[in-house]
Amino acid sequence: MSDSQASAAETFSADQVRHLATLSRVGMTPQEVEGFRAELASILSHIQALAAVDTEGVPPTANGADLLNVQAEDDARPSLPVEAVLANAPQREADYFRVQAVLDSS
Amino acid sequence: MTAPAADPWLTIVEAAQRLRGGEVTSVELTRASLERIRATDERVRAFITVTEEAALESAAAADELLRSGDAPSLLTGVPIGLKDVLMTAGVRTTAGSRMLDQLIPPYDATSVARLRAAGAVAVGKTNMDEFAMGSSTEHSAWFPTANPWDLERVPGGSSGGSAATVAAGQCVASLGSDTGGSIRQPAAFCGVVGLKPTYGRVSRYGLIAFASSLDQIGPFTRTVEDAALLLQEIAGPDPLDSTCSEAPAPDFSVQLGEGLEGLRIAAPREFFERNAEGQGMDEGVAAAVEGALELLAGAGASLDRGASLPSVGYSLPVYYVLAPSECSANLARYDGVKYGYGSRGGASMWADMEATRQEGFGREVKRRILLGAYALSAGYYDAYYLQAQKVRTLIRREFDAVFAGADLIVAPTTPTVAFRQGEITDPYQMYLNDIYTIPANIAGLPAISLPCGFAEAGMPVGLQLIANRNSEALLLRAARAFEGLGEWGLRRPSLG
Repeated sequence: MSDSQASAAETFSADQVRHLATLSRVGMTPQEVEGFRAELASILSHIQALAAVDTEGVPPTANGADLLNVQAEDDARPSLPVEAVLANAPQREADYFRVQAVLDSS
Repeated sequence: MTAPAADPWLTIVEAAQRLRGGEVTSVELTRASLERIRATDERVRAFITVTEEAALESAAAADELLRSGDAPSLLTGVPIGLKDVLMTAGVRTTAGSRMLDQLIPPYDATSVARLRAAGAVAVGKTNMDEFAMGSSTEHSAWFPTANPWDLERVPGGSSGGSAATVAAGQCVASLGSDTGGSIRQPAAFCGVVGLKPTYGRVSRYGLIAFASSLDQIGPFTRTVEDAALLLQEIAGPDPLDSTCSEAPAPDFSVQLGEGLEGLRIAAPREFFERNAEGQGMDEGVAAAVEGALELLAGAGASLDRGASLPSVGYSLPVYYVLAPSECSANLARYDGVKYGYGSRGGASMWADMEATRQEGFGREVKRRILLGAYALSAGYYDAYYLQAQKVRTLIRREFDAVFAGADLIVAPTTPTVAFRQGEITDPYQMYLNDIYTIPANIAGLPAISLPCGFAEAGMPVGLQLIANRNSEALLLRAARAFEGLGEWGLRRPSLG
């Protein structure tokens, strides 16, 4: 890890929190931004310890299982009934999920 | 009036005997469980949802099976609790989050479906930290659960409700989930048995996802024998979960009577010494755990205190990169469109989505989503996520090396006994609770916590045993033998 990344924890900024919040689509008040800034800076300062581990030539492990390339027959199975699926929708119209217009019309 | 033989303090084995011997019916046992919940849950608050009517219907059906001699399992007719992270068809499932306040699942989790097929009686859904993120069950969106041993203290988490309900004598057993210790840590805090199986042993289908490479479902019980029985019912291949092991589940109880004689148990020094940051076991916990090591050795196990897992100290930072990263991807599905909470009336669809997630998620969940988004973002991916995955390989290799010369590993479950509600406010201090449990998740290993003594203020202490992948039968054998060396699991809390 470079020095600029190592010091990222100490200088973790409100702008960075806002950027992450935008990426994650989580709305946030200015007070929340400041709270998370301080907490993330603290957590990242502990996580920095990983940079010290020599992992030259070590492959990554993505999961704890010993499975590789699990395959299944391409068999069609019945899906859940439309009513059962839509029953939990916050808003529906006929057999669709309803949201505001996705594309800006202005 | 409860029939005298109907006692929710029974073990699964005892309940099965009474149900088959005609001393008690499942309806009587289920009523006793529901009455105990009514009498105690205002104080303990283990349950988010109690399904009285459905439970009594299941119990009546179980009684039919028992009468006809067709009971499919020792679980038939036995009242159990289910962590609210498991999908239950027709029964509200919230994962402890406002985001899922109104969710009525259209299907059962595989583990739940298997318990239903076994004739087990689900009495309700237990409280948990929101989306299983937490170590105290204080981060439930609904209310905190209390520790039955001291109502001022936390039951641990995230499966705090599932641990507390067994400890309080409300249910005979329960299911929880364990991503970094969420079964074992509350089991230790509440003085019950908690088992995290090998990664992939139990299907995760219908388990609301937190960190998919670490999550695993497992049982809370009063005895090790019961843990083996409950695991038996839920384990085994499932075409609905491609990470579920394709190997058929072996008989987990087959070695239970074999004792400790001849077992090689490693006690890696990193679990017993203070680390570079000065973190380690409290005095009372250390005394109980050291006493347990002496008992293991005295009962014929050979103890290797020279064993070492040099990189295991990095487990916590590895976990707090990998788990938030996976969580930030998994929780992207809560968009307020398809199911769950959906805020409406904002300036745009995107504004609605941001409001949905602002109002639907609690603080701990948001923090982990942000942290994961950071670790996965361009410029930081190699330094955080990829590096954590590489260190994960090192930790896994070191466990493999220890298991080349040992059958089992012994460790504390937690550094302290259950702490007081509100006592830990710093996120990283809270994360330190899982310092001894996280390594087994990182390496995909099966591990169990079982009572080994009492410390500060009479609070229970847990001993952790860890086995190699797919060696649950051996793990349960050693745990059963250790359990027989004391009576810690027999003491009951006062609920005061």
